[in-house]
Amino acid sequence: MNDIKQREESILAEFEMFDDWMEKYEYIIDLGKELPLLSDDEKTNERLIEGCQSRVWLNTKCTDNVIEFTADADAIITKGIIALLINLVNKLKPQDLVAYDFGIIKEIGLQEHLSPTRSNGLNGMILRLKNEALKHCIS
Amino acid sequence: MSNTPIKTFNVREIREQFPALRQQIYGKNLIYFDNGATSQKPQVVLDAINKFYSKENANIHRGVHYMSQKATTEYEESRKKIQRYINARKSEEIIFTKGTTDGINLVAHSYGELLKPGDEIMISAMEHHSNIVPWQMLCMRKGLTLRVVPINERGELLMDTFEQMLSKKTKLVAITHISNTLGTINPVKDIIVKAHAVGAKVLIDGAQSIQHIKIDVKDLDCDFYVFSSHKVFGPTGIGVLYGKEQLLDSMPPYQGGGDMISKVTFERTTYNELPFKFEAGTPHVAGGICLGKAFDFLDSIDLKAAEEHERFLAKYAEDTLDTFEGVKIIGEAKNKTSVVSFSVKGIHPFDIGTLLDKQGIAVRTGHHCTQPLMDFFKILGTVRASFAFYNTKQEIDTFVEAFEKSLNMLK
Ligand SMILES: Cc1ncc(COP(=O)(O)O)c(C=O)c1O
Repeated sequence: MNDIKQREESILAEFEMFDDWMEKYEYIIDLGKELPLLSDDEKTNERLIEGCQSRVWLNTKCTDNVIEFTADADAIITKGIIALLINLVNKLKPQDLVAYDFGIIKEIGLQEHLSPTRSNGLNGMILRLKNEALKHCIS
Repeated sequence: MSNTPIKTFNVREIREQFPALRQQIYGKNLIYFDNGATSQKPQVVLDAINKFYSKENANIHRGVHYMSQKATTEYEESRKKIQRYINARKSEEIIFTKGTTDGINLVAHSYGELLKPGDEIMISAMEHHSNIVPWQMLCMRKGLTLRVVPINERGELLMDTFEQMLSKKTKLVAITHISNTLGTINPVKDIIVKAHAVGAKVLIDGAQSIQHIKIDVKDLDCDFYVFSSHKVFGPTGIGVLYGKEQLLDSMPPYQGGGDMISKVTFERTTYNELPFKFEAGTPHVAGGICLGKAFDFLDSIDLKAAEEHERFLAKYAEDTLDTFEGVKIIGEAKNKTSVVSFSVKGIHPFDIGTLLDKQGIAVRTGHHCTQPLMDFFKILGTVRASFAFYNTKQEIDTFVEAFEKSLNMLK
């Protein structure tokens, strides 16, 4: 879990540079643009994370007890947010991901997206990441 | 009403009465363009809410004591104000509800009880889910058929098709006066005449019309008219169902409880008369009284000038947005109000809404509770700016700048 502390710190450092919300979102949008697309075949209903307004697909692979994610979304901000989450927890051991608290979300001010009704469904994304990890922990 | 005071309309003066408009969001002056979802409240309404709970709070229709009687009088006075405002024949025809949704459910349950298998309910393709789902549920319960009047690409009802769909089987036409997503003003007067000609009753969903156009239920000759207080500058949690007296009399009660009864024994209960027959339990007393204050406020301004101002804003916003490449206005009816819904090619409405929000601008994005309508236009959702008379041209200019900035970030 040392590794994740480092990742948190580098994200925090990034966000500290921003003066206002528009800059934060510019960064999130860039993350979204950098995230490789999923092919249309990969955008299956099983991979869809139920959100309210925009659709997010999450693809999971687990080999040698390392869990790896790719994702896509039809709104670029949503895609940036899932990219941020993936950067944070990609290639962890599933059990470490299950135990991880995502407290950093609050620190970088994205908690407003966390309420259950918030339309970009950050809550749903986090739950889904953990559920995927849980699935792979058990199997 | 002999010496009515001269009514004026001055946006700056009106804005001063809405404290919610004077605040900063993320360090930016708030621009509130989500009036279709709910309106802000004028000081008179806020003061009345405060005063009611500070000094006048009491249950109504039951108490012998001073406060109860005073609250009862005010509540009933408010009912009369609403009656006068929408020009109903009697105050008994004004039923207090929780809102539009509640009013529609009341009619679906109560009037619905009078219907038989094979009867038809007619709605339109541009209805809010509130004016779809209660009818679907009724149709399931009673074996009725739900029919949907189609629209054209501009978002206007196909009136010829509507006429062809009408028959003796049609028992109720439930239609929105103004589409919350498209802004289309439907030709309800014409619809009512045609529906009546086959013996059907008509319910008008007035959620989006009461705050924009002068409503006269007698002139419209609708059988039911429903609206929500919160969209017409009043408090949330209260609304009105207007119904013609004879019709309401013929309908069974919706919910049972206190206030709606005349006499209760375990063997048999007789019901109270109108409007109380449909108002079971302690109502939203403060809401009812303060909705009356919202109508006082409306009564004090020149509504014709206000409506013109709103239409000007919508036209100005549409014309400006139209100059952006990839922008498509959704809802181009010839007769529409101050709702501007649009999509941008290749950009998700959620992204635009989020970036506008961060610039202090409140718009609505998504399907606006009209999913079948989104399916018709083959889009996932729109960005919707909906204006009230307290909005300004300057706010639209700021909105357009913020929109342009958002587009540049998203491209
Ligand atoms: C046309 C229309 N009908 C019904 C409703 C439902 O109103 P309420 O949620 O206040 O009951 C709305 C509100 O958005 C509306 O715009």
